[in-house]
Amino acid sequence: MSDAGEVSTETVTDAPGGNAGLRAFLHGLPGVDQVGAEERAARLATRSIKTTAKAQAIDLAISMVDLTTLEGADTPGKVRALCAKAVRPDPADAAVPRVAAVCVYSDLVGVAVEALRGSGVGVASVATAFPAGRAPLEAKLADTRAAVAAGAAEIDMVIDRGAFLAGDYLKVYEEIVETKRACGEAHLKVILETGELVTYDNVRRASWLAMRAGADFIKTSTGKVSPAATLPVTLVMLEAVRDFRAATGRQVGVKPAGGIRTTKDAIRHLVLVNETAGPDWLTPAWFRIGASSLLNDLLMQRRKLATGAYAGPDYFTLD
Amino acid sequence: MSIFEYAPAPESASVVDIRPSYDLFVGGEWVESAGERRYKSVNPATEDVLAEITEATAADVDRAVTAARRAFEKVWGPMPGRERAKYLYRIARIIQERSRELAVLESIDNGKPIRESRDVDLPLVAAHFFYYAGWADKLPYAGFGPDPRPLGVAGQVIPWNFPLLMLAWKIAPALACGNTVVLKPAETTSLTALTFAEICRQADLPPGVVNIVTGAGETGRALVEHPGIDKIAFTGSTEVGRLIARSAAGTAKRLTLELGGKAANVVFEDAPLDQAVEGVVNGIFFNQGHVCCAGSRLLVQESVAEELLDRLRTRMATLRVGDPLDKNTDVGAINSAEQLDRIRTLSQAGEDEGAVRWSPPCELPSRGYWFAPTLFTGVAQSHRIAREEIFGPVLSVLTFRTPAEAVEKANNTPYGLSAGVWTEKGSRILWMAERLRAGVVWANTFNKFDPASPFGGYKESGFGREGGRHGLEAYLDV
Amino acid sequence: MSERSERLAVRKTYKLFIGGAFPRSESGRSYVVTDAKGQFLANASRASRKDARDAVSAARKAFGGWSGRTPYNRGQILYRIAEMMEGRRAQFADELRAAGLGRNAATAEVDAAIDRWVWYAGWADKLGAVAGSANPVAGPYFNFSTPEPMGVVAVIAPDGPLLGLVSVLAPVIVSGNTCVVVASEPAPLPAVTLAEVLATSDLPGGVVNVLTGRRAELAPWLAAHMDINALDLAGVPAEDVGPLEEAAAENLKRVLRPRPEEWDADPGTARMTAFLETKTVWHPVGV
Repeated sequence: MSDAGEVSTETVTDAPGGNAGLRAFLHGLPGVDQVGAEERAARLATRSIKTTAKAQAIDLAISMVDLTTLEGADTPGKVRALCAKAVRPDPADAAVPRVAAVCVYSDLVGVAVEALRGSGVGVASVATAFPAGRAPLEAKLADTRAAVAAGAAEIDMVIDRGAFLAGDYLKVYEEIVETKRACGEAHLKVILETGELVTYDNVRRASWLAMRAGADFIKTSTGKVSPAATLPVTLVMLEAVRDFRAATGRQVGVKPAGGIRTTKDAIRHLVLVNETAGPDWLTPAWFRIGASSLLNDLLMQRRKLATGAYAGPDYFTLD
Repeated sequence: MSIFEYAPAPESASVVDIRPSYDLFVGGEWVESAGERRYKSVNPATEDVLAEITEATAADVDRAVTAARRAFEKVWGPMPGRERAKYLYRIARIIQERSRELAVLESIDNGKPIRESRDVDLPLVAAHFFYYAGWADKLPYAGFGPDPRPLGVAGQVIPWNFPLLMLAWKIAPALACGNTVVLKPAETTSLTALTFAEICRQADLPPGVVNIVTGAGETGRALVEHPGIDKIAFTGSTEVGRLIARSAAGTAKRLTLELGGKAANVVFEDAPLDQAVEGVVNGIFFNQGHVCCAGSRLLVQESVAEELLDRLRTRMATLRVGDPLDKNTDVGAINSAEQLDRIRTLSQAGEDEGAVRWSPPCELPSRGYWFAPTLFTGVAQSHRIAREEIFGPVLSVLTFRTPAEAVEKANNTPYGLSAGVWTEKGSRILWMAERLRAGVVWANTFNKFDPASPFGGYKESGFGREGGRHGLEAYLDV
Repeated sequence: MSERSERLAVRKTYKLFIGGAFPRSESGRSYVVTDAKGQFLANASRASRKDARDAVSAARKAFGGWSGRTPYNRGQILYRIAEMMEGRRAQFADELRAAGLGRNAATAEVDAAIDRWVWYAGWADKLGAVAGSANPVAGPYFNFSTPEPMGVVAVIAPDGPLLGLVSVLAPVIVSGNTCVVVASEPAPLPAVTLAEVLATSDLPGGVVNVLTGRRAELAPWLAAHMDINALDLAGVPAEDVGPLEEAAAENLKRVLRPRPEEWDADPGTARMTAFLETKTVWHPVGV
C-alpha cells in the first residue's frame, strides 16, 4: 500500500481485528432493503406540516443551515457577502434566526472567521482534498490543519470512496482517525458521498465506519455528485446514528447536503429526523442541512406564513 | 416530541355531500324499499349519525335480482366485450376524477386514516377498474377456452374494512366478464357504494347492470339464497362464509369466498431489520388491523427477538392515532362499537392467558371507537390471540429457532390467506415461500396489493382468487 | 376362465389399498360383487369409517413428500403407471368384460385409460407454466403466481370403472395432491387391480388410497373430515350432492360438483385446476 497506509498502521490501534475485523463488523450489520427504505421515506414525505408547526419547522431549518459556497470562483467578497447573509438572513426581519455555520474551502476560512467573529455563526471548512478525496493522506492532513489553524470550528472531510468500494475499510477508518486527530478541538463531519456508494447497504456501513472512527457528524454528500442528499439516504443515516447511540452511548450528528432546495425538502428532512432518530437530534448541534439556495426559499415561505401572501424572490437577497 | 409537534392538518370534509337518507339503487334508479326499516350509519370517529340507510327486504332483493337478470339478458350479456370495456374505463376515470371526494367519504364512514384512503384505497379502486376494463374484450386469450361465457347474475356481499376497494374487486371482474351484479355493502359502510351508484349513472352504465342493495345480515342472506343468482362472491368472516357455503350446497350457484386470516409475519435474524419493523407495523396497524391478510402473528427468530422488539416498540411510539381526516394520522378509528368489543374481549383473553400486553403512551379521543396499537409478547400457539382473528391493531409475538419451526408454526392454523418472510437470503425466501400454506406470500414486504396480482386463501381463508388473470375464473363459466 | 380348466384357478382377494399396503377392512366386512349377469365375482372389502380415517391419515402423511417431488419426477411416475398398466391390459379387459362391457369396448377402455395416464403424465411439468404467471404489478416488485396442490383430496369415483376412475384420479395426483378414492360401488374390482399397478409404479405409499364399499356410507365421513382439503363428487348421485356439500362447508373444502362427463372426450385441464391453489409471491426489486 501507499506511504499513507503505512503511516496509519503505525499510529492507529483501535480498529479491532484490522481490516478483517472491520469487514466482519460492517458486513454483519442488518441489510437495508432498498424498496422498503424508499417506501418508508416516501411515506414520511406525505406528512402534512401546516400552520404553527410549519412556522416552527422553518425557523428550525434556518437555524440548521450550513450556508455553503464551494466554487472555484469563490472570492473573499463572495464569502463576506455570504457571511452577512448567514448572520442576518432576512434584513427586513430581525426575528429570523441566524444559520448554524458558513461552509467554505479551507483557504477562505480566514475571511469567514473574520466576517463572523462574535456572530454565533460557526465556520466550517471542507478539507481532505474535497471533493474527490484523491490525494495522499499527508496532503489531506495538511489541508485539515491549515483550516483549523485559520479558525475553522468544523471540518467537513471526505472519505476515500475508492478505498471503501475496494473493501479497504481500514484505510478509510485510519484516514478518519488521523483527520480527527488533526482537527484538535474542531468538530469533524465525515462526508460519505453516498451518490458514489450507490447502495443503502454501503451507506449504512460507511456511516458505522465513520462513527466508529470518531466522526462527530456524518454527512451525505459533497454537493458535487448527483444524487446528493435524498430522503432515503438521510433515513438510513439517521437509523445509523440512532443505533450507534443505543449501542455506544455516543450521539453523532447528521448532515444532508446537496439537493435540498425547497422548504418542502427541508421540512421533509426534519420529519425524518423527528420520527427516525427522534427529537434529540432536532437541534443545530445534531442536525445540519448543507445548502445555499434553500435559505431564500425558507425565507419566502416564512414571509408567506407571516403575511398570508405569497412572496417573490426580488424581496430576498441573493448572496 | 415537544420540539416539533405537528399541528392538526385536517382534510376538508366539504368535498363530500352526504344525503340525510338513501334509497336502494335498482335498475339504474333510486327506489324506495318495499319495507319500512332504516338504520343509522355513524362516523366511527365521532359517533355522529351520517345518514339513514335502507334495510333492503327480501322483496327488494328480488327486485334487484330481476333487474340484474333483465340487464344480463337484454343488454350486458350480448354486448361486445369492447363496449363493456369502454364502460369500465369510464368508471375508472370518473373514480379518478372524484377520488378526493371518495377518499374523504370513505374515511368519514369507515374511520380509516385519510392518508390510506387517499394513497391506498382510491388509487387501487381506480386501478382495478382500469385493469379489468382491459380484459373485457380479451377473454378468449385468458386461457379459459376460445369463447368463455359469463355466469349471469352475481350476488356480491362485501365487508366494511375496504368498502369501495372490495366493491371494485367484486364489480370490475364481474362486469368485464359480462355478468351483472347485485351488491350488498356492509351495513356500517354503505356510503361509498351508494356514491358508486351515482358514478354508474354518470358513466351511463345501462340500468340494472349494477344494483346496490343496502342492509345487514338478513339482506345478505336474502341475496345469497335468492334462486335467481348464478354466482355468489363473498368477502367477510369465515363464520359467515361457512353459512354461505352451506346455503349454496346442492345448488348450481358458483361460489368464491375470501375469508379470515391469521397471517404469520416471519422475521429471520438476517432480516433487513428496519424494513422488517416497518413491514410488521404496516402488517398489523395498516387500516387499524381491519385487514383479513393482516400480519397478526409476528414470528421472530429468538436470536434477534429482543433487538427487533426494542425497535418495534420505539416505532410504535411514533404512530399517530386519532382523527381519520387528519393527514398525519397513522391509525384511525375502529369501525364499530361491535368490533371494538371484540378487540377488547380478545385482548383481555390475551392478558388472562398470561401474555404480556404493551401499548405506547397514546391519548385516545373521548368520543368514537378507539383502540391503541397493542403488542402482546410471551404468546404461545395455544393462546386465543395466537389462533383467533382479532381484526384489530393487536399484534401477537411468538418466537422460533429454526426455519422448519417457523414454517410449522406459521402453518399451524386453519387459515391460510397470507404470510410474510423477512430475510436477506434469497434461497431461504424461496424455501419458505414454497412451504407456507397461504395464498399470498410477501417477502421483505407486506400488505401490498395490485389488480394484476391474484389474491385469495388456502384452507378456511376461502377459495377462489381475486385479481389478475386468475380473478376472471370466478366470473366465467369454466 | 373355462370351468373345465384342468387347473383350479387361484383367485385374488380384493382388498383395500391404504398407505401403500393392502389391508382388509378393519371392520372385517365385505360385500359381494357380481358380474353384469348377477354371477358372483368376488367378495370386495367393505370399508368402514375407520378405514376412511386411516386412508386420510395415510394421504396426509404422504402429501409433503409427494408434493415435494419435482414435477419431472411425478411425471415419470405417472408414466410408469401407464407402463405397468400396459402389462396388465388383459387382466383389466377381463375385469371390464365381467363388469358388462363387450370385448372391443373393454379393450378400448383399457387402452384409453392407459393413454389417459400418459396424457396427465406430461402435464406434471407444464401445469406451472400454463396455470402460473408473472404478474406485472405497478411497483418495484417481482410478483409471480404458482399453482400448488391443495393437499388431501377425497374422490368419489364415477361408475365408469376404469377410464372414469383414471380420469378423476390422475388429474388429482399429477399436481402433488394425495387422495382417498372411493371406488365404483357396483364395479370396484378394476380399482383394486389399479391399486396393484400403483403399488408397483414407484408411486409412494399413501399418495393414492383406494376404498371399496358403500359410497353412501363412506362419502359423508369424508365430506365432514376436517383434514381433507377438497372433494371430488364425480360419482355422487345428484340427490346426495347437497348434504355432502353442506358437510364439506365445515372446513370450507373445495368441492368439484358432478357434471355430465364423456370420459372418452378430451379431458382438458379443468379437473387439474380444480384441485390447485394459486400462491402469489411478492418480492421487492432493488439493489
